[in-house]
This record gives sequence, C-alpha cells and structure tokens, in this order.
Amino acid sequence: MSGWFSRFMNHPATYLKWGWVQISITNLIVILLMFAIFLAAVLIPFPTHQEGHDKRENKGAEN
Amino acid sequence: MWTARLREGWQRNLPIEKLIPDAQPAFVASWIYVFGVLTLAAFSVIIASGLILAFAGPAWYHTSSFGLFVNSLHFWSVQLFFVFMVIHLWGKFWMAAWRGRRMLTWVTGSVAFVASIATAFTGYLVQTNFDSQWIAFEAKDGFNSVGVGAIFTVTNLGQMLLLHVAFLPLILGVITLVHVLMVRKRGVVPPIDADESNTYENFEVN
Repeated sequence: MSGWFSRFMNHPATYLKWGWVQISITNLIVILLMFAIFLAAVLIPFPTHQEGHDKRENKGAEN
Repeated sequence: MWTARLREGWQRNLPIEKLIPDAQPAFVASWIYVFGVLTLAAFSVIIASGLILAFAGPAWYHTSSFGLFVNSLHFWSVQLFFVFMVIHLWGKFWMAAWRGRRMLTWVTGSVAFVASIATAFTGYLVQTNFDSQWIAFEAKDGFNSVGVGAIFTVTNLGQMLLLHVAFLPLILGVITLVHVLMVRKRGVVPPIDADESNTYENFEVN
C-alpha cells in the first residue's frame, strides 16, 4: 500500500460527533453507499425482454 | 401412515410448481427484488470459502498466498452479504412485506438477520489477530454486564471457533431455508400499489 490509502489505513478511525451520536467516517461512507444502492435499485428501470416475451406469446397463439 | 400424511401435507402446501417456478409476476422485474437472491449468493460464497478454510486450517490460510486470498474472500463476501441483506431488509420493510399472510416469512428473515450478526461476531473473534483480541476484550464487559459471560465466553477461542464453524452456520442455514420455502409458499410480496390480481396465486406458470 502506498500514498493516501496507506496513510488513511494506518491511523485510528476518525469519528464525527453530534452530542451523544458518534460514527466513524468509514461506517458513515458504508451506510451512505447502501442508501445510494437502495435508491438506485428503486429508481433505475430493470431491463426486460419484452421482445422475446412477445415472440413466445405469438408462438403460443400459432399453436 | 405418517410418511403419507407428510407427503400429502407438503404437496398441498408447497406443490412442485410453486417450489421450482419458471415464471414470476411482472412486478418482480425491479432491481429491488434482486437483493434477496444476491444475499443468498453471497451466503453461498461464505459457506464455500468457509469450508475451504475449515479443511485447510489456519497454518495454511495465515501463511500461503492462496490461503490469504480465500481468507479475504470469506471476509469480503460477509461484507457484501450484510450490504445486500440490509438493502433487502429496507426494500421489504418499505413495501410492508408481512402483508398477505407472510408474517412467518418476515419473522424468519428477522431471525436470520440476528443469527447472521451472531455468526459474523464470532467470525471477528476467531481471526487470531489484534483486531479479534480488541473486539473480544471490549465485548466481554458487555456480556458480563448482562450475566451471560460464563456461558458465552468471548475470550474463549475454542468456544467461539466451534460456534462459528458448526453451530451458528447450521442455525442460519436452517432459518434461511425456512425463509426461502416461505417465500415460495406465499409468493414474492407485491408492491403496495400493485394490481391485486397480479399475484403469485393468479400468475400462470408456463
């Protein structure tokens, strides 16, 4: 490891404090990342195979 | 005959078409429905890498390059397991996934979450490094303060290792199996505003 990553890893965690609430920046980053993934999962449309589905339906109709 | 009753009960409650479906309702085509199976995928990697670690032993996974890789794979798949499980939990909480007689599905999921925390905790305790030593000595005061320190001794490496590799994965595996079977029995929960006719029971399996 070298550079900023090495310096980041080789010291105790930095904590943010608001009164009785305290959280390490590392944990905060992980939680924010999970929020971001959750929002993306809700908002980004899921790719569907509508064309293939239609073909299957047509094939079924022919039979 | 009890075997006949068991078979008939199983076929009535969970017919093979529901157990191994080849189609799902339209509302399942959403990324938020992917996180349950992602959690299962991460769990599979944890079990597979854990079995390799258990068979090869610490003399291998602490010294060889491939051993360190499998050890890291075990650790990082746990991190992904928890990320996926928490997002799965958020998704199911906000769509009130206990609706439609799915209470047992929700409860088994919650118990699996707690069992996962216990399993991961004992995993952190058996790393045999300064990190595990720090966690054990911080945790022992907590367990002693609630009076269970004598039967659950976090500084007892042997007890923690056996709980981590034998007892807790078995409990977690069984709860997860029941959870998945309940999902199959009751069907994937529809979104709150979904068309009620577009449910698992009414969905035609091809």
